[in-house]
Parts: sequence; structure tokens; C-alpha cells
Amino acid sequence: MKIKAILAASVAGVMFAGSVLAGTLDDVRARGKLNCIINTGLAGFAAPDDKGNWQGFDVDFCKAVAAAVLGDANKVSYTTATGKTRFTKLAAGEGEILSRNTTWTFSRDVDLAQTFIGVNYYDGQGFMVPKKLGVKSAKELDGASVCIQTGTTTELNLAEFFAGNKMKYNPVPIETNAEAQELYKAGRCDVYTTDASGLYATKMSFDNPDAHMVLPEIVSKEPLGPVVRHGDDQWADIVSWVLRAMMSAEEKGITSKNVKKLAAQDNKDKEINRLLGKDPLQGLSKLGLSADWAVNVISQVGNYAESFERNLYPLTIVRGMNALYRDGGLHYIPPIK
Amino acid sequence: MSFDLLKIWRNEKSREIIVQIIVLIIFGWFISWLAGNVSGNFEKLGKDLSFEFLFIPAGYDINQYLISYNNRDSHLRAAVVGLLNTGLVAFFGIIIATIFGLFLGVLRLSKNWLANKIAYWYVEFTRNVPILLHILLWHGIIINTLPHPKQAIDILDVSYLTNRGFYIPKPIAEAGIELFYLFTIIAIIFAILFNKFSKKRQENTGKQLPVFWINLIVIILLPCIALILNNFPISFSIPELKGFNFRGGLHLSPELIALTFALAIYTAAFIAEIVRAGILAIHKGQREAAESIGLKPDKVMNLVILPQARRVIIPPLTSQYLNLTKNSSLAIAIGYMDLVATLGGISLNQTGREMETMVLVLLIYLCISLSISSLMNWYNYRVKLVDR
Repeated sequence: MKIKAILAASVAGVMFAGSVLAGTLDDVRARGKLNCIINTGLAGFAAPDDKGNWQGFDVDFCKAVAAAVLGDANKVSYTTATGKTRFTKLAAGEGEILSRNTTWTFSRDVDLAQTFIGVNYYDGQGFMVPKKLGVKSAKELDGASVCIQTGTTTELNLAEFFAGNKMKYNPVPIETNAEAQELYKAGRCDVYTTDASGLYATKMSFDNPDAHMVLPEIVSKEPLGPVVRHGDDQWADIVSWVLRAMMSAEEKGITSKNVKKLAAQDNKDKEINRLLGKDPLQGLSKLGLSADWAVNVISQVGNYAESFERNLYPLTIVRGMNALYRDGGLHYIPPIK
Repeated sequence: MSFDLLKIWRNEKSREIIVQIIVLIIFGWFISWLAGNVSGNFEKLGKDLSFEFLFIPAGYDINQYLISYNNRDSHLRAAVVGLLNTGLVAFFGIIIATIFGLFLGVLRLSKNWLANKIAYWYVEFTRNVPILLHILLWHGIIINTLPHPKQAIDILDVSYLTNRGFYIPKPIAEAGIELFYLFTIIAIIFAILFNKFSKKRQENTGKQLPVFWINLIVIILLPCIALILNNFPISFSIPELKGFNFRGGLHLSPELIALTFALAIYTAAFIAEIVRAGILAIHKGQREAAESIGLKPDKVMNLVILPQARRVIIPPLTSQYLNLTKNSSLAIAIGYMDLVATLGGISLNQTGREMETMVLVLLIYLCISLSISSLMNWYNYRVKLVDR
């Protein structure tokens, strides 16, 4: 059934691709809604809450773009995609943004004709095991059965890690995170591997999270970020500067609570003025955005830190590499000038 | 001139030809429009149609391979590994489904009330539940009810049942095995020739030989003699629990077992109905005539009913074989690495070549189906009613 969906999507993509390339912003405005492609369900990143509304770190980013472009963070309609269907869905025009824990790699960027607009989460592939297995390091996993979510960079990292350490393993490929969890819980596999963030999210969704542990080894670089289609630079710029605006806001101490006040006054830090529309930001009209774009983003969704704390702290994920550069992390934001 | 055209149109034969030409032109135009659209839009997307990806290293591992494979091998080899895995499931699925279906079909016609009803309920239940649920059910049963390898169910210390699959001893050929192969082939050739000979003898003299028993003894005995002559050139790799899992032996994964079993059981229900229809299609006069000349019930079935029923059974049976083979692509639901999961799954995703991989998968399934179909047609031709 998935194959049918893929086939339909690629045929549709091929047939209608011409109409979705240019003028993404106009399309979104005309529709009055942003179409966003998200995970089928990963706690903390994209998962429905008890009222059935999508919540999470990746979902927040969709909302932020909607706030910047349409002025209302709720004007988003979500489409879910598995690891395998996501690029086809994006190419087929089922969404304007793919915000789904997507690793930035050379071939995805170049060969699949997509544009990665930045990194919103630095991740790496890890391993989770039940504590009763008595394993303390991924190097002790020789001969283990490993559940993998297919359609990701994970398979290749795993193959390289085990081959590099001269270990054997028995891969069990699974289509979605939910199915993989079931197999792992039933003991079909000794180990579950995916991005460390995903492991924490999965672990927290268990009845007894303490019975499982994430091993210390991180075997790959997984810079995750939102993706848009090639060919519409204006749209790519909008999406990437929304991400930078959220990070700049954290850097400058702008939060959803004080943004209205800061926007109304003249600030000593002129970058705050430019970001919040007090002082003119040269070129903003070329993006087709109004002066209060960043105010909308920050007041309705919050800055990067707020989104991170709201969604990922409950999973016991720490900022680590995802702190701002000045706090020892990797996020170094180009100036808003 | 216009009169002539009208005349041509009114002529039934020429009208037929004209209509066919028009339909052909429309069809050709539609195909070329599709192809043009695809290539045009690929150009717009900055993509090209290329099959070079087949020759770069696949980079991923596959848990079941019938030919040697590692992650440095090409996508093409990974696809072949997947294709063989599909073939494995289809082959055993078809055999089990046929035997089981035939048995059920005969049971369904039994005069024994209980046997009849059991077969009836089995057929009704099985064929009215979607195949995907069958697969998930069997997979779920294996991984949720069988124990972890450390508490494996031990059968005679050589085989183990676990929720990671079944581990059984694996025969390993050693030097001197060639004689065994040779004797096996000789035994099979003998069996075929002996069969022909005894048939001819029966036609000439009317005397019957116990062909089945003689052939069975020869097929078992000859290879055994070869083994004894060369001092048993076979050793067994016995599975052993080492670390996390069993090592050595032959590993049948839960995915393989669940998929084969589910496909066989599901298809058997349809085959049972086909067999029943085939037998019921034979006029009862045939049976009565056979019985009245004194044939025993099994002879009536084997010599009179089944040879005629076969002609009714084979065409729909072919469809069932094709269905089973194509349904095996649902393997993806439980993570069995078949053709769709390798070439149409991970390779597709790693290379991003949707169009190319999907076209290939499509063509390969088409080839498999056409070969099964032509094989069955050949068999159908052989058993069909000969006009005299």
C-alpha cells in the first residue's frame, strides 16, 4: 500500500511539478494555509496532544513560518510522512516545507534537488538497549539483532559502524517508529537505533523508561533541519530567516513574553530594532514579508530556546550541541542586518 | 469521393479496421504524451533518468541473503538478493498452499459432517480477512509468544524456537559429496524411466507394477549408498547460543516464517474453493460410470475425476499463484527484505531514484508473473482435452 502511495506521489509529482516550482509564497497566501510535512509521530518533535493537535519541535517550526508569512501560527495544515515517503511528498508539492528530523547530506541536497535551509537540531545516531541486557557500550553489541527505521541515513551509519568495529549484527528493518518500538519491546531486537533525540523520545513513551538506556556512543553526524524544494530562492530565504529569527531572538533575549514591549520601544541594540520592525531591514520587501514578521513568530511560537524547552526538556534532552555558540553550542547565527 | 468513404465506413470489415487504427493512434498518443510529460517534468525538476545508481555500493546490510552479500556490494546485487528472497517466499508459499488447498478442497466435499464444516469455516474465515492482517497476526504470534533466545524452546539440543526465529541444524557438504549428487540424479532419472516403462508394460500386458514403492526405495537407497561409500561426507552446523543470539545452524527469521505461512494459509483457502469447483464441475455420471465398472474410490478420484477436474482448476489456480507471488510484496509491513524492501525501499531512499527503481520493480514483477503464467499455460496445454 505504501508503494502505491509512493508511485502515486511520484507520478503526481512528475505531472504537476511544473505548477509548484515558482511563487510558493503566493500559493501559500492564496490558499491562506501553509502545508507542512511532518513526522508520523515522534514525541517531542511531532506528535498529537490529547486534543488531537500536533505539537512538537518540528511542528513549532511550521507554525513559525505560518506566523511570519500569514500572520497566524495556526494556519498550518499538516501532512505526515514516513522516512521513505517524505522527499517524494515534498517533490510532489504536498507541502511547502518538510520539517521532519531530516538529516542534511550531500546527495539529498544535490541529487534530490532540495534545499536544506539550515540546521535546527544537531543530532547523532545512538543505540538504546534494555538495562537488563548488561551492555555498557555499543562496542559490546557483536552479534546483536538491531531494529532500524528504514528510509533514513541510519542503515548506512549502522553498516559502517559495525563493519568498522569488525562486529556482526542482524538488521531488522522497520518502516515507522511506532512499529519499531513494538518489535523492540517484544524483544525481537536487542537494540534499537535511530537519532539520539528519537531514542530519548521513544524511551519516554515507554511504560517504564528507566528500564532502558541510551548507550554513550554517537556513531554519526546528523544535522537535522527543514527542507524546501529547489528552485524558489525567495521561499528558501523566508524559511531560513524564520529559523534565524528564532535563534537571534534567543541570543538577544527576546521572548514571547517581552516581544511586544521590545517591539514598541526603541532599543539600544539596533539589531533588536531591525528584527522587530522598529528600524527598517533592507530587503525585507523582496522577501514579501511585512515588518512585523518576526514579532508574529516570536509572540506566537516563541524563540528557539522556548520551543526547545517546551518540547524537548520533557524528554530529558539537554541543549548540549544545540546551545548557542556563546553557551558552548554550535548555533552561530548570521547577523540580522 | 465522399460516397466512397461512406461506402468504406458501411462495409463491416473495413469499418472494424478503421476503428482499430483510430484506437491504436489514440493509445499511442496517450503513451507518448505520458512519456513526454515525465521527461519534460524531470527536466524542470533538474532530474535525469539514469540507472547508474545500480552499480554503486549499496551501503546497507540485508539480514537474509541466498547469494553472498555485504554492504560494499552494489545496489544491483542488493536487488538480486531481494528478488531471491521474494522467490524463496513465493516458491515455498505456492507449494504449501497447493498441498494444503488441495487437501481442504477435498475435505470440503467430504460426506463427514465435521470435516466438511471445519473446512467450510476455515475457508470462510481465512479468505474474508485481508492478507495483511494474516501476515501481521502470524508475525505478532511468533515475536510475542515465543521466548527470548536465552530461554529458547529446545528441541533435542539441536533446534531452537525463539522470538528471533527458528534455528535448525544446517547440513554442510564436505569433500566426496559429489558422488551423492551423482547418485541422486541417477535415481531420479531411473524413476522417470521406470515410470514410463511400467506404463507401457501395463498398456501391453495389463499387469501393474508397484511403481511408487520401487521408485521411493531407489530414490532413498541410492543416495544413502553414496553416503556410506564415501564415509558420510556431510557435517551439520548446530546452532549455539553465543552472546545475544544463536550462531551457526540455519536461521529462519520470524519474518520469513510469518510471511510464507500467512501467504500459504490465505491462498490455500482460495485454492480449496477452486479445487471444489473443479471436482463439482465433473458430471456425476462420470463418477457413477467409474464406480459401476468396479473402480475403488481412490482410483475413481485419481483416474477419472481429477484428470478432468484439472482442466477446470488450472486457469484459476494460475491466478492464485500470481496473487501469492505479488502479495509477497506486503513483506515490507513486517520488515522482510524482499525486492520491494531492497530495490523499491532502501535503495530508492538512499539514491532518491523513485522513477527508475519503481519502473524496475514493476518490470521484474511483470517478468515473474509472466513466467509463472506461461509455465502454467504450458501445463494446461498438456492436460487439456485432446480432440479426436
